[in-house]
Amino acid sequence: MLYFSRWKVIAILLSVLAGILFALPNILPKDMQDTLRQYTILRPVTLGLDLQGGSNVLMEVDRKELVDTLIVQQMGDVRAALRTARIGYKLNRTPNGVIVQITEAADADKANEVLRGLTQPIDTGMFGTGVANHIFNLERSGQQFTFSFSDAGLEARVSRAVEQSLRIIENRVNGTGIAEASIQRQGRDRIVIQLPGVGDPDEVVKMIGQTAKLTFQLVCETQPNSPTDNPPQDCASFPLKENPQQNLWVQTSSAATVDGADLNDAQAGFDSRTNEPIVNFRFNQKGALRFGKLTTDNVGKPFAIVLDNEVISYPRINEPILGGSGQISGNFTVEEANSLAIVLRSGALPARLIPVEQRTVGPSLGSDSIHAGAVASVIALIAVMIFMLVAYGLFGIFANVALIVNLTLLIGIMSVAGFTLTLPGIAGIVLTMGIAVDSNVLVYERIREEWRHGRTALNSIETGFKAALATVLDSNITSFIAAVVLFGVGSGPVRGFAIAHAIGIITTVFTAFTFTRLIVSWWVRTTKPKEVPL
Amino acid sequence: MFKPIRFIPDDTKIKFMFWSRYGYFASGLACLASLLLFVFVGLNYGVDFKGGTVFVIRTEQTANLDELRSKVNSLGFGDAELQEFGDSGHEVLIRLPTIEGGEDVQRTVQDKVKQVLGTGVEYLSIDVVGPKVSGEYAQQGIVAMLVAIIGILIYIWFRFEWQFAIATVMSLLHDIMLSIGFFVLIRLEFNLQIIAALLTIVGYSLNDTVVVFDRVREYLRKYKQMPLADLIDFSINSVLPRTLLTSVTTLLALTALYIFGGEVLKGFTLAMIWGVIIATYSSIFSAASLLAILGVNRDAIQIQPSGSKADKTAAARP
Repeated sequence: MLYFSRWKVIAILLSVLAGILFALPNILPKDMQDTLRQYTILRPVTLGLDLQGGSNVLMEVDRKELVDTLIVQQMGDVRAALRTARIGYKLNRTPNGVIVQITEAADADKANEVLRGLTQPIDTGMFGTGVANHIFNLERSGQQFTFSFSDAGLEARVSRAVEQSLRIIENRVNGTGIAEASIQRQGRDRIVIQLPGVGDPDEVVKMIGQTAKLTFQLVCETQPNSPTDNPPQDCASFPLKENPQQNLWVQTSSAATVDGADLNDAQAGFDSRTNEPIVNFRFNQKGALRFGKLTTDNVGKPFAIVLDNEVISYPRINEPILGGSGQISGNFTVEEANSLAIVLRSGALPARLIPVEQRTVGPSLGSDSIHAGAVASVIALIAVMIFMLVAYGLFGIFANVALIVNLTLLIGIMSVAGFTLTLPGIAGIVLTMGIAVDSNVLVYERIREEWRHGRTALNSIETGFKAALATVLDSNITSFIAAVVLFGVGSGPVRGFAIAHAIGIITTVFTAFTFTRLIVSWWVRTTKPKEVPL
Repeated sequence: MFKPIRFIPDDTKIKFMFWSRYGYFASGLACLASLLLFVFVGLNYGVDFKGGTVFVIRTEQTANLDELRSKVNSLGFGDAELQEFGDSGHEVLIRLPTIEGGEDVQRTVQDKVKQVLGTGVEYLSIDVVGPKVSGEYAQQGIVAMLVAIIGILIYIWFRFEWQFAIATVMSLLHDIMLSIGFFVLIRLEFNLQIIAALLTIVGYSLNDTVVVFDRVREYLRKYKQMPLADLIDFSINSVLPRTLLTSVTTLLALTALYIFGGEVLKGFTLAMIWGVIIATYSSIFSAASLLAILGVNRDAIQIQPSGSKADKTAAARP
């Protein structure tokens, strides 16, 4: 038990050295940390948002709205398709889809063919089968056709919306200049956004969640007299941004609409005459063509700029706009113009995102926590070390050296593997200090027992390690199970605790089995003790 | 080198099996009390499980809780709970319940509270947890406890005999119940951190129990004729110094954390301190003595290779 082959000694010492090396960047000055990070894998431990300050936002795809949009879209498609095929029909909406009633029984078969084509195939790719799923299932009973959502198809659609949103959000967050933001998918329909250093995430969250669907639509001939008036067919009613009480009716036909999704670029700027903040935009080729045609055909008429179902402004078309670029003005503040430019550049979200959880820690609480955590760690370490020294003397010193090696390994592993240290993570480290010396206590008490039962010093130590280390392993595995479970279900800071605790358990077992034994074996070989000093 | 101090005397011969009948009685009463507290008073669920908004603010002047409360309550978002955060007198925690109207409207609470509190207030932290997420967290917490207990049950069963596994899980449940009773009693805010604390208590309690069981198993092989009750007493007494010393080092570390670790960790640390005390108690008084009641199949244990091979080669000291 106390014999170590040469290569084993080297391996143990190398691991300890590696631990020291990995932990080292944490105590270096900032510029050296940056240099190391650039050229090596060495880096200081990543601090969680609860320690460095920042905001953690969990967004969820608004399923209800997505379903709504899909149904409306489907109804439009059905109308268009049946009209083209000259089939008479009646259309009704259900909570779960659309019901089409074909007027003439003779048309039913033809309608079946037309409607089959409208089930919207979507490649799920989820199970790697490559089988195309459909968003809608179509059922026929006589002259009645029912489109209803297929679960798999809807899931795939939500999943795709999350996928697309990730990229768009990334662009938006980058546009604001927030450094080191992290945007990740969580579960099926959620996105978790971490914004380090952002103390007031309101503006950012609003911008991230904005759908940013921009359209240019011609204004209808007739306009409402009161806000409650219903718009005529082919017109939609949107409130004005400047005066939400007042509605504007705009034409909905595709001939009278240009989609803002065809923008190539958008930049905030100032109007050269009024010095008012504006957003300059430029269409791509397709958009520019459509926009040119629309403005050429409708010189002298007003058109509305609609953003997320709100009319930003409705200027008159003074002359055809053929260059494909223009500007939006609407009494913006500079910030508004900036964030509008960012969201337009990044494109529209495929679905609305709702913030379902938002946690913000201000920078001062973060640094308070770091300070408190550091003080508590040092005091806990000193307290435990003094106790071990008093209780076990020389062997206590061995335990203390092993404890420091253990903590160094723990911090080294967390740093180099890029695990995040949170405030509960600090608690996990402190707890490790208390529990780590347990392995020493177990071994020492056992050695003492053997010694008192009349064995020789060497034999007691030998047997003590042998018998106690089995127990060390057994007892730590149970703690490890609990920590792993916690990691699996925990989120954010709690997960930080689970990581620190779990790694602490691993380093504790490692240290007990190798380093502590190594020290004791050196001591035994150099001093050839006749007594056990316990 | 100076002589180490023995905190625990050698060769204690405490009749744990005898005392454990009182232990059962006390534990039973305490579990019952905890259960009643849990059912009739209930845990003080935090924002993680209840949803809502929590602000921690720092005021320029010494905070006037009544004034702040009336300001926040004037918004009509329901009754605000206010309490001092730490003991600087400048830091206040404000808790507002989930408001009607789904996920989207929860954020408006934030804007309105900021408006009504005005300037001169620094926001140390703001947590907004929507109703959906908080429900999921509650579910996950329960699942976590169950999975951990089942995982441990399987491990113990695998490593020991089924009687050991049953005794372990019963003492685990005892620890969890008493911890929850304590949380209800001191109105500790029950949040995700406390779930973490509970799971860690479970791990720690097991750690202690396993050490005792390891010793019981070893003695079962070694002293084949010793009556089970005596053998268990002997085992507990043998590992008593270790059990108590480890609890001391752990409590030392936790106490340092409680005093110096800052306000955010107070609840977690307090829960852990209580848990370590309870776990130490149960590993001494209930877990092993339960074995005596359940009985142990000694033959099954004899078959396994002896763990005390060293005995045969032991060189006796002259």
